[in-house]
Amino acid sequence: MALIHDLAVQGAQMTLVLSLAPALLGYTRVVKARLLRRRGPPLLQPYRDLAKLMRKEVVIAENASWLFRTGPYLIFVATWVAAALVPTFAQGLLFSWTADLIAITALLGSARFFLALVGMDIGTSFGGIGSSREALFATLAEPAMIMVVFTVALVAGSTQLSIIAAHMLGNVGIRVSLGLALLGLIIVAIAENARIPVDNPATHLELTMVHEAMVLEYSGRHLAMIEMAAALKLLLYVSLIACIFVPWGIAPAGAGPPAWLAGVGVYLAKVFAGATLLVIFETSIAKMRVFRVPEFLGGALMLGLLGTLLLFVSRGL
Amino acid sequence: MDVTAALWCMAGFLALSLLAIGSGGRGLVGTVIYAGSAGLSLVLAVIAVHVLLTASDVGQRLILPLGVPWIGARFHLDCLSAFFLLVLAIAAGAASLYAIGYGAHEEEPERVLPFYPAFLAGMTGVLLADDAFTFLVAWEFMSLASWALVMARHRDPENRRAGYIYLVMASLGALLLLLAFGLLAGPEGAYDFTRMARVERGWWIEGVALVLVLIGTGSKAGLAPLHVWLPLAHPAAPSHVSALMSGAMTKIAVYAFIRIVFGMLSLPSVWWAIVVMLAGAATAALGVLFAMIQRDLKRLLAYSTIENIGIIFIALGLALAFRANGIRWAAAVAFAAALLHVFNHALFKNLLFLGAGAVLSATGERDIEKLGGLIHRMPRTAFLFLGGCVAISALPPLNGFVSEWLVFQAVLMSPILEQWSLKLAIPAVGVTLALSAALCAATFVRAYGIVFLSRPRSLQAASAGETDRWSLGAMALLLGLCLAVGILPGLVIDLMAPALDQVMGATLPVQRAIPWLSFIPIAEGRSSYNGMLVFVFILSSTLVTVEIVHRFGSRQARRGPAWDCGFPGDDPGAQYSASSFAQPVRRVYGNVVFGVRETVEMPPPGDPRPAHIRVSITDYAWRALFARVGGLVDRTAGALNALQFLTIRQYLSLVFAALVLLLLMVATWR
Amino acid sequence: MERLAFDIAHLLAGGLVLLSFVMLYQDRMNGLIRVFALHAVVLSLSVGWQAYSQAAPHLYITAAIALVFKALIIPYALHRIMVKLGVHREIEIVGGIVPTMLLGIGLTALSLAVMLQATEATTADPLAREDLAFALSVVLLGLLMMVTRRNAVSQVIGFMTLENGMILAAAGAKGMPFVVEISVAFSVLIAFIVIGVFLFRIRERFDSVDIGALEQGRGDRI
Repeated sequence: MALIHDLAVQGAQMTLVLSLAPALLGYTRVVKARLLRRRGPPLLQPYRDLAKLMRKEVVIAENASWLFRTGPYLIFVATWVAAALVPTFAQGLLFSWTADLIAITALLGSARFFLALVGMDIGTSFGGIGSSREALFATLAEPAMIMVVFTVALVAGSTQLSIIAAHMLGNVGIRVSLGLALLGLIIVAIAENARIPVDNPATHLELTMVHEAMVLEYSGRHLAMIEMAAALKLLLYVSLIACIFVPWGIAPAGAGPPAWLAGVGVYLAKVFAGATLLVIFETSIAKMRVFRVPEFLGGALMLGLLGTLLLFVSRGL
Repeated sequence: MDVTAALWCMAGFLALSLLAIGSGGRGLVGTVIYAGSAGLSLVLAVIAVHVLLTASDVGQRLILPLGVPWIGARFHLDCLSAFFLLVLAIAAGAASLYAIGYGAHEEEPERVLPFYPAFLAGMTGVLLADDAFTFLVAWEFMSLASWALVMARHRDPENRRAGYIYLVMASLGALLLLLAFGLLAGPEGAYDFTRMARVERGWWIEGVALVLVLIGTGSKAGLAPLHVWLPLAHPAAPSHVSALMSGAMTKIAVYAFIRIVFGMLSLPSVWWAIVVMLAGAATAALGVLFAMIQRDLKRLLAYSTIENIGIIFIALGLALAFRANGIRWAAAVAFAAALLHVFNHALFKNLLFLGAGAVLSATGERDIEKLGGLIHRMPRTAFLFLGGCVAISALPPLNGFVSEWLVFQAVLMSPILEQWSLKLAIPAVGVTLALSAALCAATFVRAYGIVFLSRPRSLQAASAGETDRWSLGAMALLLGLCLAVGILPGLVIDLMAPALDQVMGATLPVQRAIPWLSFIPIAEGRSSYNGMLVFVFILSSTLVTVEIVHRFGSRQARRGPAWDCGFPGDDPGAQYSASSFAQPVRRVYGNVVFGVRETVEMPPPGDPRPAHIRVSITDYAWRALFARVGGLVDRTAGALNALQFLTIRQYLSLVFAALVLLLLMVATWR
Repeated sequence: MERLAFDIAHLLAGGLVLLSFVMLYQDRMNGLIRVFALHAVVLSLSVGWQAYSQAAPHLYITAAIALVFKALIIPYALHRIMVKLGVHREIEIVGGIVPTMLLGIGLTALSLAVMLQATEATTADPLAREDLAFALSVVLLGLLMMVTRRNAVSQVIGFMTLENGMILAAAGAKGMPFVVEISVAFSVLIAFIVIGVFLFRIRERFDSVDIGALEQGRGDRI
């Protein structure tokens, strides 16, 4: 009985994450448009776009393989499972101990692995350019993420997200290494989600795209799943920053429905606040040249390394 | 009992080798020999598991009246040897199974068949040896057999050069090991391992011995900067032998390192740990960066082996650091990470090399710039190779992720070490580890994408066929084991617990007893990972997704030409090549690591000649170390050649001078 | 409260180190001057916080000096010099950004190791020693900036970052006398005047302040 109850709560988190992701995307587009003094699309437009894509017929290139057809499912599932493991409104959910931060990073890594592979499947130069640049960014963003994970884990004593959130809610204080880790995580989040200044999510021009180039050949329900995966990834990173650095409001393990509802409300507020800050940052900065991005991500790697170094050297930092 | 059975298996391998010599390798003899090797490997695996499960290692030494008279040839199968024997047996079994089908493609089977079982016998002998002489004899036998296998295709001058360099490096390694054993045995000559472990030595003798062992075994394992022979020799051998050399022989070298450094040296110091860790970190970074820019598929896999050996040595360095501080439980975690990575690497590197061999025999090409589109022509091989790529890139739920995770956990435990040098070295090592893991994934995206995906770039690739069922069976077996270890890593940890206990004196918590079969290396409140539940999670989410998408979405699909932004190009030469894929990484890391020079020859406008771009890469280790040493040896040999042409009077005076010198030494040295 | 005081001091000192890294990362003059102004603001905040938590009112004056001179007057003056002299907008970095950042990390590690080990025997609070370690890293990073830049204005900024680090160290140690602080501030001012004069003279003779151009004339390296 308790097992079914816990399974239901875990399932509720998975559904919440799934249904919120397109809304987050729509919200960022509306706020960006308003900041640029346009009206912008309706807030729920991404849902309509996804529904339209699902109903359309899929057109596949003649030399596409089984990997091309199954790729979107693998990418979507890996991102969904990773997003479902980040505590949003409650800690200590049923499967929160099965995978820690390193596993979440690796699940996102497998989504990226398969995305880069399907980019190369058809054998066009666009797919190649997207996969090659994505591989370059991944070789720097993933170590930066791991170093941020190290910093946070050294402060909290474990890599499990529920334990980290519980520790941060306790008496942590303002620590330099956590500040550096926060900055590093923000830079990694921007790079991984293909936002400005690393990549432009709204463009389809060859010279400026990385993510879009890899999925150029997709259509119909496949494209819908990949777009959904991208939206889930953005939600995952915002939830991750909220869970680690702004954990107030997450219901502790074993609390009841009222705490959960309050947790959901606080979570929604955090997510939309984070999205607003992201959009303000995006509209105030220009996109970087591709070969400047390794320096940008290298900066995130340095921040993570510095944070880890400080924690190795002294317990108080 | 177990050690006798293992020795009989070794004798069986030697008998197969003799059979091959006697029959000349024609016809069905190849199948018999490979099947026999596979069977004997299975028996060895059973023996190893039996030893690990019953932990029956006390006593049970077998002393044969061979070798040096007052020591004999001692053989012993303790838990550490048993674990490595299991690794060897699985790798050898899979490679032999594969070779039953692959061996039919061999042009001169009489050059391969006699040496293959001998190679296996040599490796088994190293694991069973209990005294220095037997160990070195088996080690040299293993090197010679593998050298003969590297020279199997001797008509290619590249292979001959690779064989020569391999022979030189192997001799160097064996010489250094000989010196190390001589130092460790002490003035009484305690050459058997039980007495050698108890000899009292000064700290500087142990330091020198550590350096000798590190260079000696590191050269066989592929530690930088001694790795230069590995990418030349491993690809030159036939594919099942390359798989064994990368998957098993490098692990035998790691075993030798563990046996001597953890078993014989009694005063571990923090400086050794730092040297080992930094060597491992440099190896990992160098290996994966070179792998990223390779055109030859097997050479790419060989460099990737170098990277993984670097990771293993990082974990071993961490274990040394913990042990030097006396924190045994943490040392056990780091050591478990090293052993688990040994096991996992043998599995997936074997799988990848067997896949590369399948590609080679189907297309005749090793150059990935001439391959492409093989996923359509060789679907099963493509699927199995994809599994290997996913495993080596450390992606859940396969096994590569579990050992990377455990190494990261070991790094996260290190702030309890107090020495300043460790506090500064370990974050640097951690960053290199994270960098090499990410670069490894990028390397295998490139390898898989260029070889199996995209469009065929040559006629050979467009007309390839699927391999035989023995090869597919061997690869499927390895992939199944990768998945099993990824889902239930606790089983392997429990299996290696007696080895951990023997070497470190501490073990991890018993994994079988943990609810839901989670993997908890340290304690409940710290980190945990449940491979099985993650796998179930992924599977059920996939089923739910497929169900929902097919229920609510359209199921129609249509084939058409590629979109390509409206500019479809028919020419397969217009798609991304391997070198273009690696260009960003080459540009970002190239100058520092491998001195990349890109020269562009652009003819002036109006000139119809094509433009050329040339990329040249230098391996600094080769230039700074080997070319210099090689040059020095050459010049010295040339100078000493003068000794060949002396007159009789000069030879007599040399003998006279030697005699007088010896008499002087006797007179003055008390 | 004690803990919070140290935490905020650490945060500000860490922010100073971070801004030194950000300055190493910059490749445009405008950005560099702006980040330097921010550096001076954070320095004044840090010194002001030390004044508050140590109850040492004379440090408020140091904070004010840093704010007015280094965050307002000097960046403005540098900007004027840049515009008048038409100095190169881009900064050439010797060796590239990535090796410079790696060296920066190495220097930070070195200063942490040196400071924490050297002051282990004293009875000072461990948290105060960490502030000193940060100050030493700011000094070393300032030196690194001077060494890896070809542009004279960015070398001047590196020198002033170095001074900032020393002021931070001076403020962190309790009981620093007032006189020394004034002299430190004045030395900054004088250094600025001297370097400004220097720049005008160089500009007169060579028509630019790019060190590359200077080197061509002299035939050997500065």
